[in-house]
Amino acid sequence: MITATDLTTFLTRRRGRALHWTDVVAHLYLAFGLALVVLPVVWMLVSSVKSQRALVENDPRLLPWEQVTVLGSEGRQLSVFTLVRDDGTRLEVAFLAPRGRNALVVPVAEVGDATRAFEAPRDRLVRKETVAPQIGNYTKPLFGTGDTDRFPFMRFFWNSTFVTTMATLLTLLVNSMAAFALSKYRFRGRDAIVVIIVSTLLIPPTVILVPLFITVQGLGLFNELWGVIIPAIASPTGVFLLRQYMLTIPDELLEAARMDAASEWKIYWRIILPLAAPALAVLAILSVIWRWNDFMWPLIVLTKSEVYTLQLGLSTFKGEIADNLDHLLAMTVLTLLPVTLVFVFLQKHITAGIANTGLK
Amino acid sequence: MSDHEPAASTVAAVRPLERIAALWRRIDPIDFFFRSLQARIGAKRMAWAFLVPNLLIFGTFAFWPMILNFWMAFTGGTSTIIAERPFVGLDNFREILDCPSWLDPRGCPVVGYSFWTGLWNTLFFAAVQVPAMILVATATALVLDRDMKGRGFWRAVYFYPVMLSPVVVAVIWDWILKRRGILNALLGDVVERWNGFVAYPAAAAGLIFVVAFVVALLVVRPIAARFGASPAAARGGAIAAALVLATIAAFATRPWGFLVLADFRPVNWLVDQRSGWPMFWAIFVYSWAHLGFYMLILLAGLQAIPRDLYEAAEMDGTSKTRQLFRITLPLLTPTMIVVVVLSLIRAFQVFDEIWVLTGGGPGQATKMIVQHIYETAFTGDAKRYGVAAASSVLVAGLLLVLTLLQLFVSRRRAQG
Amino acid sequence: MARLELRSVTKTFGTARVIHGIDLEIEHGEFVVFVGPSGCGKSTLLRMIAGLETVTTGEVVLDGRMVNTVPAAERGLAMVFQSYALYPHMSVRQNLSFGLENLRMARAEITRRVDEAARMLRIEALMDRRPGQLSGGQRQRVAIGRAVVREPTIFLFDEPLSNLDAELRVQMRIEIGNLHHRLGNTMIYVTHDQVEAMTMADRIAVLRDGRLEQFGKPLDLYNRPANRFVAGFIGSPRMNFLSGTLAAIDEAGVEVALKAGGRIRVPVGAAGLDLGASVDFGVRPEHIRPIEPEGAPVGLAVTLAEQLGGESYLHGTTESGETVAARLPGQTSVRRGDTVGLALGDPGDRHLFDAATGAALPHLA
Repeated sequence: MITATDLTTFLTRRRGRALHWTDVVAHLYLAFGLALVVLPVVWMLVSSVKSQRALVENDPRLLPWEQVTVLGSEGRQLSVFTLVRDDGTRLEVAFLAPRGRNALVVPVAEVGDATRAFEAPRDRLVRKETVAPQIGNYTKPLFGTGDTDRFPFMRFFWNSTFVTTMATLLTLLVNSMAAFALSKYRFRGRDAIVVIIVSTLLIPPTVILVPLFITVQGLGLFNELWGVIIPAIASPTGVFLLRQYMLTIPDELLEAARMDAASEWKIYWRIILPLAAPALAVLAILSVIWRWNDFMWPLIVLTKSEVYTLQLGLSTFKGEIADNLDHLLAMTVLTLLPVTLVFVFLQKHITAGIANTGLK
Repeated sequence: MSDHEPAASTVAAVRPLERIAALWRRIDPIDFFFRSLQARIGAKRMAWAFLVPNLLIFGTFAFWPMILNFWMAFTGGTSTIIAERPFVGLDNFREILDCPSWLDPRGCPVVGYSFWTGLWNTLFFAAVQVPAMILVATATALVLDRDMKGRGFWRAVYFYPVMLSPVVVAVIWDWILKRRGILNALLGDVVERWNGFVAYPAAAAGLIFVVAFVVALLVVRPIAARFGASPAAARGGAIAAALVLATIAAFATRPWGFLVLADFRPVNWLVDQRSGWPMFWAIFVYSWAHLGFYMLILLAGLQAIPRDLYEAAEMDGTSKTRQLFRITLPLLTPTMIVVVVLSLIRAFQVFDEIWVLTGGGPGQATKMIVQHIYETAFTGDAKRYGVAAASSVLVAGLLLVLTLLQLFVSRRRAQG
Repeated sequence: MARLELRSVTKTFGTARVIHGIDLEIEHGEFVVFVGPSGCGKSTLLRMIAGLETVTTGEVVLDGRMVNTVPAAERGLAMVFQSYALYPHMSVRQNLSFGLENLRMARAEITRRVDEAARMLRIEALMDRRPGQLSGGQRQRVAIGRAVVREPTIFLFDEPLSNLDAELRVQMRIEIGNLHHRLGNTMIYVTHDQVEAMTMADRIAVLRDGRLEQFGKPLDLYNRPANRFVAGFIGSPRMNFLSGTLAAIDEAGVEVALKAGGRIRVPVGAAGLDLGASVDFGVRPEHIRPIEPEGAPVGLAVTLAEQLGGESYLHGTTESGETVAARLPGQTSVRRGDTVGLALGDPGDRHLFDAATGAALPHLA
């Protein structure tokens, strides 16, 4: 029996001298998790440079192995095989046509000469393949002229970048101003405002989906990027997070600044903002993740493809081109790339920031 | 002299910029605006000046819509202009609630069918997804809270999916779960290799021995230890017992047929109507994408527990199990409450991942309540804003009851 | 010129009144110290002068102008805070110039003033550091420098030395004194340390529970305390108090019957007090001398004799149980357990306080 003690040792053991078997199990557990997290993404990455055929046939190999072909006499692409003869010698042949259990092939060297064709048993033919990344998966939807599988990545990317940047900048500004007022001034109704703002954290945004849409439309922001940006600016999370941080800034600093003839705006701009930089960084990171990955609200407000964000574009692309899996995977990789790069460089700050605030 | 020229030209180039910067510093238009305002209203009232932008946006895009939602729930028609929407009383609610049996939505009219299916699916989703995810997240956090090398790396790995957008997550998993997808290929491959492996008697016997050994080790050793045997003797006893067990098993089970699995037939994970797999994968994929976040918070909670408590417990001779249940878990409770509340609220709002992954299908198997609201209001020819708003009101009411219940229970527990 | 006047100033926080009508006039160039135990309202009073707290009633008058509603920034004062309140994200130079930039002063003038202040306070080498990289004493200098560059009409100091160790405190005390001498500005300095008050002040304002107990020159406060509180607060070790009753009153003064035994003459007027009224007799430790017990008015059982070499302290209790401390020049042969008699100073060094009100009875000239 595995005893309860063994199990809890596995879960909680700390600072032991010898390697306990639970250490092995713990690392196996973590490795399993690693595989579960990383493999799907890696699989997507390597598959995004595979050909349509490899994807449809679901080639389980990691690298983009592609069939070697040769141009036949009638302008056909012929697949190349290696014929293994009884005596062990090998010959490269091009596949012309099936003949029951046999196949009609012609040596690659004499592919134009129909008279050189002969029949060979199929089980002696080995497919000849080479590693060939299909860069076209990326270039065709990006720069191609086709109507159906065109993916105007740059436009979507620009839209997403615009929304993310503007929303984040305004979120930082508007919420830090409010947090400043709510943490460093004493006035009637302050506590009530704090409670009201923070309590909206508990109200699911989906509950106000319809009226929010009506409001945004009434303001003429339908199908405008600002229609996505503005409603997201005032963030209860942001106010809460910044206020908590600003409360730790000593009031004497503000008084010193007032003695130094600083206006209230100057106090905010030159004293409070620089000192609240750590909290602002956390909020900035959160805001970037939120806005970049946002889906439902843009889905409702933006219905023209000119204003699609990357997420909308990708989801529409997925719906439209069920056949062109290769292009979809490539575009998915492009979509997850910016976030992944940001994460690789800032992961320490991101995880620490989120762990410290406990908010997302 | 000539080497002075570039420097001079640089100065000339910089000067206008510098002059503009200096001018800006002197005038500082933003500061000027706020200073004038401050001169007019006084320093104390500047608080309101700082608050106004936030309150304005909050009011327009949070509070006003909340009020509007109530009004819209009682109006009909397809117009988006409030004044043009006719008042219809309780009709929208009646339409949703008018159903022979709420528990079996298939007998309901269209709207009721959609609403109740979405609601039950969401409740089921939340009831399974939240406990399952929190269990795994807690276990992972506990493992990472050990004195572990490269903790930062593991933390980052598990957190990474949280960064991915729902659409990307859905595309990745949709592709993995296709009928001709990598998962089916992998499973088929594993079954095939397994069957090939156990076809060799020696391999099968070895396998049985390993299993028997592990079982013997875990059963025999504690028993032997209880009767005062030394660890070495106990281990020897375990090996002997395993050999005996393996021999018996080997003779009793020839020709190993029981080890051979049935051939694997590819499953259409997201399309099979009655298999339950679509809902399983909806829960799995959603948890995959969000687990890291809760794991991170739980880990932070664990690391906030003072280490000397464990050292004190160690000095008292407290067993590991007791430490886990009497120190770690009780002190983790506040964090756990936050995690449960957050994940429940989120589970009720699940939409993005599943909508892109399954579109609510097959049939209505993974249709969630938010999808119902979204589709009722924004897709199809008849945009039924009123019905969607009424659905929102019902959902909000439900959430309110659940939140109060949760608060009540956690408070009761805190007191008891 | 900077002349500050407080006219019946009061301050109320919610329902709690912390300043009860204070009147005060501070002349130009004076160094005034507000001293009192913690919670006496001295910091609040300073912050009201600074403009950081509103005045509930009464008037703060600066050079004849009522400034109750003038914001702190426009009063032309500068303040050094207890925590220094240096801007942690700015270099020392930026800390010094921030206030001048806010006044839209010309760059060159800012540089001139900052450099001059830096030279004066010997912080030139620190100009590019952040406050976090400075020691306590250096931070203190920067904080003073930030006030100096403003060239304010009045300097306000809020317990500026309380975060420093004893040695630095003495040093900074001297430097602030020198600064005052050099600049000649009006300075108002808040402290709870009576030694600081005595050594630095031109005039001291002693505060207790939001009331002004006495305002005057340090030695006046020391020699002629207005009441028992001031007498006990100023001077270290504190003044000895022995309770007694008025036994006789004549033109030359009064005679007090001490509870500790014996009678003693004090040359004060006893206006309004009758024979037999309770009084507290006060005499400073340095005015007490040990004498032969026989015939002495008061006997002391010595419980502790501290020999510091240059001076000695005797602590003991009288027969009435009151404790008395004496400071003797040089060394003494008195040991713990001895009983000595006490000579309670020259008549001019003796003080008498009304036990009911605490007010000092006036010395007769």
